[in-house]
Amino acid sequence: MNSTTLLVGLSGVLVTAAPIMFAVIGETITERAGVINLSINGTILLSAMGGFAAAYKTGSLVLGFLAGMLIGMVVAFIVAFSSIELHQSQVAVGFVLALACRDLSYFLGNTLFGLPGPRLPTWAIPGLKDIPVIGPLLFRQDVLTYLSYIIIFLAWLWIFRTRPGLMLRGIGERPAAAFVRGANVNRLRYIYTAIGGAFTGLAGPAYSLNVKAGWMGTQSGLDGIGWIALAITIFGGWNPIRAAFGTYLFSFLQWLGLVLQPKLPGIPSQVLQVAPFPLMILTLLLVNIGDAEWVQRILAALPARARRLAVRLLRATRALPPAGLGVPFDSE
Amino acid sequence: MKKNTWINLSFQIGALLLALLITTLLIVAAGAPPFKTYLSILKGSFGSTQNVIAVLIAWSPLLLTTAGVLVTFAAGLWNIGMEGQIVLGAIFTTWLLRLLQITSVPPALIIALGILAGMIGGALWAALAGVLKTFGGVNEIFGGLGLNFVATALTLYLVFGPWKRPGVASMSGTQPFDQKLWLPGFLGSDLSPIALGLSVLAIVAVFILLHNTHFGLRLKAIGKNPKAAYLMGVPTWQYSLFAFLLCGALAGLAGALQVTGQYHRLLPNISSGYGFLGLLVAMLINYQAVWAAPVALFFAALNIGGIQLQILYKLPFSFSGVLQDLLVLLVLMGEGARQRFVKNEQEPQ
Repeated sequence: MNSTTLLVGLSGVLVTAAPIMFAVIGETITERAGVINLSINGTILLSAMGGFAAAYKTGSLVLGFLAGMLIGMVVAFIVAFSSIELHQSQVAVGFVLALACRDLSYFLGNTLFGLPGPRLPTWAIPGLKDIPVIGPLLFRQDVLTYLSYIIIFLAWLWIFRTRPGLMLRGIGERPAAAFVRGANVNRLRYIYTAIGGAFTGLAGPAYSLNVKAGWMGTQSGLDGIGWIALAITIFGGWNPIRAAFGTYLFSFLQWLGLVLQPKLPGIPSQVLQVAPFPLMILTLLLVNIGDAEWVQRILAALPARARRLAVRLLRATRALPPAGLGVPFDSE
Repeated sequence: MKKNTWINLSFQIGALLLALLITTLLIVAAGAPPFKTYLSILKGSFGSTQNVIAVLIAWSPLLLTTAGVLVTFAAGLWNIGMEGQIVLGAIFTTWLLRLLQITSVPPALIIALGILAGMIGGALWAALAGVLKTFGGVNEIFGGLGLNFVATALTLYLVFGPWKRPGVASMSGTQPFDQKLWLPGFLGSDLSPIALGLSVLAIVAVFILLHNTHFGLRLKAIGKNPKAAYLMGVPTWQYSLFAFLLCGALAGLAGALQVTGQYHRLLPNISSGYGFLGLLVAMLINYQAVWAAPVALFFAALNIGGIQLQILYKLPFSFSGVLQDLLVLLVLMGEGARQRFVKNEQEPQ
């Protein structure tokens, strides 16, 4: 493989990573606020269908993306409402919504199947596009891919470097304490769940109007991406930058699978497509295992130097979820 | 009847009516006649002996997966990996059948061993999710989902790789087994009385386990409050792991019966979504094993009755799924609304 093919391949990885990035950043924000939105696999499908329908009917790409975001917000609102007002399990409602949105997208999208629709054009950034290596890699993409770079840092800045971001972490970590400090916990949870849902809703049209333009129903190959995004969110330890790393790693591995395909004729393509999943499980294991009781016991039995090394290694991969994740908050 | 019973009932009926209202609007939007659509679902599921048989064939795996998740739900676990456990059951069964079909072992014994292998396969796959959860701290939802994908990949690998049909490897699966390795069907159909019997037995056993045994009581204690259960001397991780094993074995049994009873081969889509559907049924019946059989039958009827809609009114196959999902969603939300309503009644402001 020569360097040009490699560069083209890697810049393709950035494009295919963009929709997953929106979903992962959206879910990271949602979960930071203490709400787990398990519905995103369905949300991506429904917003892909809805976004495509809107853009197809109106001819406007912008309306397509907005429609996707609106769908994401509505679905996220149902999760938040069921949890906050109706005290139902976020996991249960999210899971049912994941299935409902998926089935609904196949049902409503039936008449759109295979239609030729609009597609987001690429727009190379003048000046930046001519930088050697970095130019072709990063700056000859479409607007959505640029947006996917930007939101990583925006989300990180918001969560870790601003006052409202401090409050956001507070309502996810210790809602009662945040409430005492004057935060309207439930209202903020509504807002952040909706924002997270809007990002996730952008992932759908990012597929149907760009990465995999068109709507192909069950053959769209979008079923399953939301579940991956959920796993990457955990892998990312609720930190947008680490989550971005996980997203790119995943897309890179999928691309690698495609590239290696001709060299491994014995293995069907579908197998390499799912190759990242065992790795995903392994990384989730790495992220969590440091807190297991038996690991702690073994660590305690190690000689001091080995223990220090092992603890440092485990701490580097470890990620703790927001303490209030999934727990409804009642001010009474 | 007491007032509370009336309130409960009206909220549940309200949820049902709302779900029907929404799906009716969807039917109208899709340009089909609503009343006739519902009627043809009814006809398509119970209209003829053949249809009833098809419904019963679908009922059996759904009953098994529902029985399985009732156990894990009782322990407070979300066994979302059940799809993969069905698949592994099917793979293990196929493997054993392939291994023994060329030997002189009596067919009945091969089938029995095959089904047993399927249960072991499903249980092992569930145990993997369980070990990841109990010893690795990996949330069972994500471990299970990942394992689902791995299981699907494994099937595809086998169907297109080592077990491919001589000549053409395709999505239609492996070479069908010789008829002597099929579970005997009822009236020449694929409805196996043995499969049906095992499924009914499973749900009855789970009901007894959860309601009438000390074991079930402790399992539910873990589900309600694992810390308190641990302090009361319940061996928490052993019980959780056992719940996974049992659920996996039942899912594996479903997979084994799909292979021996219905498809007679390994297909890429062998789980047919029965794992997720079982989760939905368990939620809809609010985790009460008593209601598992009738509600699973209702869902199976919707699945079968929905098949014809595609031909009759060009309604997409996912219509039944939409109806099922909306029903569960609205019943969950309705239950929340009811609790709020009752609470407000009790403490007037």
